[in-house]
Amino acid sequence: MAPSACPKLKSIDLNFYYGTYKALHGISIEIHERKVTAFIGPSGCGKSTFLRTMNRMNEALRNTRVEGQLLLDGEDIFPMEVSGLRRRVGMVFQRPNPFPKSIYDNVAYGPRVNGSVRRGDMDAKVEQSLRGAALWDEVKDKLHKSAFDLSGGQQQRLCIARALAVDPEVLLLDEPCSALDPIATSKIEELLFELKKICTIVIVTHNMQQAARVADYTGFFLLGKLIEFADTKVIFKNPTKKETEDYITGRFG
Amino acid sequence: MRHFVEELEQLKSKLLEESALVESAIYRSITAVVQKDEALARDVLANEVRINQIEIEIDDAAVSLLALQQPMAVDLRFIISTIKINNDLERMGDLAVNIAERALSLLGEPVVKPMVDIPHIAALVQSMVRKCLDSFVNRDADLARSVLSSDNAVDELRNASFHELISFMERSPGNIRQAVDLLSVVRNLERIADHATNIAEDVLFLTKGIDVRHHAEPRV
Amino acid sequence: MTAALSFRRKATNLTMLTLSAVCTVVAVGVLIFILGYLLFRGGSDLSWDFFTKLPVPVGETGGGMANAIVGSAKVLLFATCIGVPIGFLGGVYLAEYSGARAAAAIRFVTDLLNGVPSIIIGIFAYTLIVVPMKKFSALAGGAALGIMMIPIALRSTEEFLRAVPNNMREGAMALGATKWKSVATVIIPAAIRGIISGMMLNLARVAGETAPLLFTALNNQYWSPGFGNAIATLPVMIFTYAIAPYEELHKQAWAAGFVLLSLVLAVNITARTIIASGTHKAR
Repeated sequence: MAPSACPKLKSIDLNFYYGTYKALHGISIEIHERKVTAFIGPSGCGKSTFLRTMNRMNEALRNTRVEGQLLLDGEDIFPMEVSGLRRRVGMVFQRPNPFPKSIYDNVAYGPRVNGSVRRGDMDAKVEQSLRGAALWDEVKDKLHKSAFDLSGGQQQRLCIARALAVDPEVLLLDEPCSALDPIATSKIEELLFELKKICTIVIVTHNMQQAARVADYTGFFLLGKLIEFADTKVIFKNPTKKETEDYITGRFG
Repeated sequence: MRHFVEELEQLKSKLLEESALVESAIYRSITAVVQKDEALARDVLANEVRINQIEIEIDDAAVSLLALQQPMAVDLRFIISTIKINNDLERMGDLAVNIAERALSLLGEPVVKPMVDIPHIAALVQSMVRKCLDSFVNRDADLARSVLSSDNAVDELRNASFHELISFMERSPGNIRQAVDLLSVVRNLERIADHATNIAEDVLFLTKGIDVRHHAEPRV
Repeated sequence: MTAALSFRRKATNLTMLTLSAVCTVVAVGVLIFILGYLLFRGGSDLSWDFFTKLPVPVGETGGGMANAIVGSAKVLLFATCIGVPIGFLGGVYLAEYSGARAAAAIRFVTDLLNGVPSIIIGIFAYTLIVVPMKKFSALAGGAALGIMMIPIALRSTEEFLRAVPNNMREGAMALGATKWKSVATVIIPAAIRGIISGMMLNLARVAGETAPLLFTALNNQYWSPGFGNAIATLPVMIFTYAIAPYEELHKQAWAAGFVLLSLVLAVNITARTIIASGTHKAR
């Protein structure tokens, strides 16, 4: 494990069950503040499940159970009030999921339901969030058009802007580029270098080259276990575990 | 700017730093020989550590870029060229150290023969080094080609110098020690020229994507 | 042998194809025939008076069905007040909150309610409202139709809510919205076009119901003030006039039939237009 003075997120021996199926086996990890941490691994390895545990998104699914602790700034997230947790730990999903509202209303949605921004400050907040997601220049003249009029890549950046509008401390991204073309993908990747200046980023990706390009730290999951977690350069140049080496060199299975 | 492009720029500036160190090492070592300047020679020896260190940094950064960024086309050629040029520069640094060591060895020897050939060769070699590095910075294929054509001239000068030094040894066996040192200086200079030629070839690969090594392309 | 087999197969194929094509033509033909016949019989006797005047006694010419048109509107308004909120909120619960087992039970029960013959619902409203109040009323008629609306309102609301992609729910919740807030501010708005048009189709369906109105709203030759009195409605008017032994009344019945069908068709087409204009947006 990479050491850290004060991890933003820390899981201690975390297990997760779908019914009787154990999907995560004793995950212990420290997520560093204002860094990009990527999780890679084959389908069904538990990387997305772990990500969705970090903002308790899995609780919406019936018949699931968590054991162990997950600390946000040293405080266990499981006893927390869940909507408060999700305000602090935002999430962007695999497929762009803008609401069937205008671009403006999409971004303003979070601040409105949370009452975190005064009415008069909303325009500024929307602009700031759209700028943060590198989308402002493309949409500033059509803020009140439907979000569905945007391209897939723009929609995904809108979803990032929407998440930024509630000032999250951590941003979870669940394969955010898997539905996007290479140009849109590289825009999002570039954006991550800016975003990590303001928040901690955890990204799950099927595309390990993406992890290599954007992440400071990379964790490799296999069959519900965290096999290796280290500096991205170490993982991709000289991993310590044979499973990691086999996976990243394509000799897996 | 794209994050990756920034990293490429950083790699390039590291390589430029290394080349400046090497160029200065070559200049000082030659000056130390010609002017019998001990301080300059010791400078070269001391600076080698920094060159070696930066060589490792460049290799590390280049391998990281290859592993993490999946560079393509001109970016890929740039990184491959950087790795090769880095290797050549470090060797040039070693050769400059060799020359500096000869300079130290020559300090105690009396001047029995005016130095004519060595400054001449040195000037040509230094100009080759400067040109090949400039051609890299400016991605100037024509300048790189001109370095390739200088290589033969250096070889000829070296041969002439060898003949002269050998006949000097035959005439004056008491100064063989000094002559061997000078022979070594010439030999090291010639090898620096070879590395400069390699760098020029890498620059052609970088700019044009063509391989001119081993006379694959007819030299001008 | 193979030739014979092949012939038989081809023959079977051709027969079935022809049969199903003919049936399709018949199905479509019936609608066209009804429309055409109503237009022919009812359209010619339609006049401005029909919409503005009260019915006149047998023997006199002229008169209209203004009271029945307004009466139908009032009964349907009250039915909407009962059927739409209950069906809508029930549908929201079914789609967003109930567990799988409870949902199956609710669906089963509402499907049963949907299958209850309308005359039975009429008796129910008669027993519960008309008998205690000791009079027929728009209230009782509206209640009967409202109850009939509930199952379809509930199921159509559920269907349209379920059609909203799950990632919308996740998106709202990931922003810190509570469950009810995400339902109220994202899920229902996303489905609202579908829900509204479902309600309109539902209303159009019960607008033509006659049986439950016969002994709840009854009928009235005159204006019926408020909701507490017997009231004329188009379907009951058609029924009454059609079985009466006077040619004058038959004509009025045809005209009323034509008006009723036109209204129902208009609502249908509007509702379908709303759905069609809404679906291309929700990818």
